Amino acid sequence: MASYILKRLLSAIPVLLGITVIVFLIMAMIPGDPATAILGAYATPENVEKLNRSLGLDAPLVQRYLIWLGNMLTGDFGRSYSLNRPVLDEITERFSATLILAGVSFVLCSVMGILAGVVSAARQYGLADKAITFTVLIGISVPSFFLGMMMILLFAVRLKWLPVSGMYAIYGGGDLWDLLKHLVMPALALSAVATGVIARLSRSAMLEVLRQDYIRTARAKGVPERRVIMGHALRSAMVSIIPVLGIQAGFVLSGSVFIEIVFQWPGVGRMLVNAILKRDLLLVQGGVVFVAACYVLFNIMVDVAQSLLDPRIKT
Amino acid sequence: MPFIQLLFRNRLAAMGAVVLTVILLLVLLTPLLPLPDPDVTATADRFQTPFSPGHLLGTDHLGRDQLSRLLHGTRLSLAVGIAAAAIAGFVGSAIGIIAGYFGGRVDNMIMRGVDMLMAFPYILLALAIVAALGPGLMNALIAVAAVNVPFFARNIRGITVGLAEREFIDAARLAGMGHTRIILSELLPNVLPVIIIAMSTTVGWMILETAGLSFLGLGSQPPQADLGSMLGEARSALISHPFTSVVPGVMIFLIVMSINLLGDGVRDALDPRLRSGALSRPRATTLVQRNDPVPAATEDLLAIQDLQTQFHAGNRVYKAVGGVSLSVSPGECLGLIGESGSGKSVTALSVMGLVASPPGVITGGAVRFRGDDLIGAPYETLRRKRGDRVAYIFQDPLATLHPLYTVGDQLIEAIQSHHAVSRSAARDKAIRLFKAVRIPNAESRVGNYPHEMSGGMRQRVGIAMALANDPDVIIADEPTTALDVTVQAQILALLDDLRRDRGLAIIFITHDFGVVGQLCDRVAVMYAGRIVEQGPTQSVLETPAHPYTKRLIACVPELGRGRRELAAIPGLPPSVEALPPGCAFAPRCTKAQDDCRSGQIALTGSYPRAVRCLHPEEAIG
Amino acid sequence: MIALKVENLSKTFPIKKSLFGKPHDGVRAVRPMSFQVATGETLGVVGESGCGKSTFARMLVGLLEPTTGQIEIEGKALDNGNAAAFGKMIQYVFQDPISSLNPRKTIRQIVEAPLRRLHRMGPAERETRIAEIFDSVNLRHDFLNRYPHEFSGGQAQRIGIARALAAAPRIIVLDEPVSALDVSVQAQVLNLLADLKAEFNLTYLFISHDLAVIEAVSQRVVVLYFGAVVEIGKAENIFKSPKHPYTKLLADSAPVVGRPLTAPEQKDSELPDPLDPPPGCAFAGRCPRATRLCHQDEPMLTQMGEDQFAACHHPLEE
Repeated sequence: MASYILKRLLSAIPVLLGITVIVFLIMAMIPGDPATAILGAYATPENVEKLNRSLGLDAPLVQRYLIWLGNMLTGDFGRSYSLNRPVLDEITERFSATLILAGVSFVLCSVMGILAGVVSAARQYGLADKAITFTVLIGISVPSFFLGMMMILLFAVRLKWLPVSGMYAIYGGGDLWDLLKHLVMPALALSAVATGVIARLSRSAMLEVLRQDYIRTARAKGVPERRVIMGHALRSAMVSIIPVLGIQAGFVLSGSVFIEIVFQWPGVGRMLVNAILKRDLLLVQGGVVFVAACYVLFNIMVDVAQSLLDPRIKT
Repeated sequence: MPFIQLLFRNRLAAMGAVVLTVILLLVLLTPLLPLPDPDVTATADRFQTPFSPGHLLGTDHLGRDQLSRLLHGTRLSLAVGIAAAAIAGFVGSAIGIIAGYFGGRVDNMIMRGVDMLMAFPYILLALAIVAALGPGLMNALIAVAAVNVPFFARNIRGITVGLAEREFIDAARLAGMGHTRIILSELLPNVLPVIIIAMSTTVGWMILETAGLSFLGLGSQPPQADLGSMLGEARSALISHPFTSVVPGVMIFLIVMSINLLGDGVRDALDPRLRSGALSRPRATTLVQRNDPVPAATEDLLAIQDLQTQFHAGNRVYKAVGGVSLSVSPGECLGLIGESGSGKSVTALSVMGLVASPPGVITGGAVRFRGDDLIGAPYETLRRKRGDRVAYIFQDPLATLHPLYTVGDQLIEAIQSHHAVSRSAARDKAIRLFKAVRIPNAESRVGNYPHEMSGGMRQRVGIAMALANDPDVIIADEPTTALDVTVQAQILALLDDLRRDRGLAIIFITHDFGVVGQLCDRVAVMYAGRIVEQGPTQSVLETPAHPYTKRLIACVPELGRGRRELAAIPGLPPSVEALPPGCAFAPRCTKAQDDCRSGQIALTGSYPRAVRCLHPEEAIG
Repeated sequence: MIALKVENLSKTFPIKKSLFGKPHDGVRAVRPMSFQVATGETLGVVGESGCGKSTFARMLVGLLEPTTGQIEIEGKALDNGNAAAFGKMIQYVFQDPISSLNPRKTIRQIVEAPLRRLHRMGPAERETRIAEIFDSVNLRHDFLNRYPHEFSGGQAQRIGIARALAAAPRIIVLDEPVSALDVSVQAQVLNLLADLKAEFNLTYLFISHDLAVIEAVSQRVVVLYFGAVVEIGKAENIFKSPKHPYTKLLADSAPVVGRPLTAPEQKDSELPDPLDPPPGCAFAGRCPRATRLCHQDEPMLTQMGEDQFAACHHPLEE
């Protein structure tokens, strides 16, 4: 197992390099003078010149990439011109907020989605199945940002149960309870679509598995039905659910952009949108690489979980 | 059934289609409708509530007419979403087909690139692209299409790889077709339904995503508005004037939901597996709908009495088993032989209610174990007997063992489902059973997963599992068909020894007369869901009475008889959906006369010999 | 006359080198083999799963490029691994009759393909040719406009045979052509194949795992084990007086009515690991006659009796 994890970690290196290449190439698509484009049209000539010098932007593409990569490896993601502070500092400060929001949403959508899917499959065409299918259909059709706005209207404005926005109360907050109160709505809004997708997939994966011959074998042995569903069938279904959990984690992580805007959550997503609107491209570049790298590491964990579940995967 | 008809039989899909059609008609007609200009501001009229004169849906923060903006915005959102889906679908499918068909290095390189793109958390890549290209609707479209290409490529590649391995692709190559022609004329028609399904289920997504980018201010730029940017602009007035948010939000919801409903309908209508209703969850026991009185109890160990099992698919009824009666005594081996579709496996599975249901229904007869009727017995009663008194051995041991549990655990589970014993005691018993079925190194083999064993070893595990609770009856459903002959011989010898040592009753289902001749005491021959002949094995094989039995035996090539012309039975077995009246074999029988083609023909003779024929080959007592 | 000559034909599948693993030579699916088939002959090829018979068959028709060796048809060497070039000389009938027909094409389109691509026939010419072929395989002409899913296994296999015949080949490779069919239908197809062979003066390579079927249709038989020929000889002799212990094991394992049920003599039923093949004879691990020699030296195919060859250090005597 340890050698498998090591192998997966090593194989992540080319992927991480690939990510930097793609981000670099996307940024290189920017027409015109790169320094002006990165710093925006209103940048001072000194800043443009400074950037040109520090990044060697007149150098050929490959050389520029290597310089950029080298700087990032030493922890130098550049300096955000709009915030006037190092990009890495800004990212690490905001990433914890995103991680809390996305992490909680991911756990929510995984647990709720799988549970709903299993119940739905086990009671196919029953009342529970119909109710779940209907709820899921609505869940995957509502844009998360609209859902968030409607939740604010109902729970914060009308019912006054929960705070409208932010991560902590401005006065007197800051404890865990405060955080949780602020977290409920954004986490639910963010996980809605992913829950629906996972529930649908879990349902069809369960239905697929329940038709397999080995389920008939389990029944023929006299295994109680409850164990057939929750043991034999779910375990096999997880083999096709887990990779989708990995993809949905990406949806949740990047979907937090919308939710952070709606709920004024001080995370990386809101930072990115602001940076794009202000054309603070070094901040965008750094943010995208950082978040993508975290996602790659998360996916390694998904692969390891999959290999623990499925002995047919060669470790 | 034609596609459209199938699609609209699904009421939800039809509903989605209606809503979507209305929306599409509205936005197509928008330029012709008498609506105010969507971009003309009138700050004096800002935030008019809905149903105010001249503004059916009110006005926004700049006093622009909401209805007009909504329709124009919907037009834009739909156009962009559909365009993005078309681009992503076309590019992604082309990449996927090429990678999947050529395989090898081409595939490797393309899929590495695709994996690289999928290593980004989704929208993040779109954000990066928009960041580089600058905010704007066209750029948002490019970004959304680009991030969806990998999804199509992966999906379509998976399908193509499966198809490219199919033999008809080889056949096309042997028929002289080149790569381009094979891709276009052999692969594409088979991949197209999947592409359409993928498109119809992702259009909704892409509309959501472009709306999302516009919502963030990265898509359409003022004054032009799509649904997303309308929602984005309304957000600042969310608390004071919620209706400006609700109007575009509900529209996005309606569009996406109707597309999703329609997409699901399209998928169901195009996917043949779903069409036949095969994706239904089989219930824990077969459905029972008996109308006729249940036959009286007998003394036999296991008696199948006038069993009738049908498959109900839509309006069609397949009478897979049409009144079968059989019985076994302790220590006896009964062979049940027939060709595919004769109903022999369905008979066997009906005994313990294991016929998949839906579509299976037991519509008549009884199965009695020591006099107790198992059909229609409560689930728990049946479960306690399954694997404990009556156990099964199935055909393909790779498919019938759970791939994710060790064989030892599967055996332990079989024991613990019926006996409250400790895990270590159950494990000891499992090892003893492994030794009994002659698995070498039993102690270490219990820790193996099924895929780590050979076919013969896996089937030994299957037999050990059937023996786990010392059952009275074992039903073996073609247990050696998937095995090589040299392995088959060992498994058959093992089964024979076990039944003699343990006094087991075996019902052995097979299509192989050689196996029946070597293993079984008695044999019953099935044709089109009924027993046509039964009796002691030697007597049936040497003097078959039913013309079908006689001619079927003549068809079997036997080793040691040299090169020769083989006997054949012309024609095909009838479909159990439309059985002819009278004898089901009559259309293929050279001895058939007029009386064979009408009425019910009974099984006649005295135990143990019986035949269902008016003009048998041999007179039997 | 020699219809097919195979010399030194072998296939090794390369194995991807793992990150830490030692370098590997690859899996030898088919070890170098040479034989000839006379025109009009049926050569039976028998072997169990994992013996390499599918790999062998796919090389013969050019669907797979051999690692070494040469294939000659009627004295003409063929361009290895080019199915289109092979198509006019040698055709293939597949094991799974339904899977070998494209579900989205009509039977006419399927049978027409070789006429169009290989023989460049015009529409009128094709029409008459298809009619002739359908008469030969006893199929009704109104089947032509139907789709494959409407047919039973036996009918689909006839369509597959019709497609092979349409290419007007000299040789047909039949890869388990009846193993997916029921006994009563199996005999129909086997008899049809025999008639067609006489009618078109064809040469068959008949691959099967069923000894009785092989014996009923073949003049000569090749027995494969673990990618190599272990015995080759006349059909009437090879099962009656096998020289190789594996051939004997096969013959003794086939279930025969009236023969008492005993497991034939063998030590083990497992095949060697293809990733790590043992030295010497591949069958030695299962062979009751194996000695030290068998575990060290790989036996060569040598003549034993009239027209019978076996690769064994300790062949069975009469």
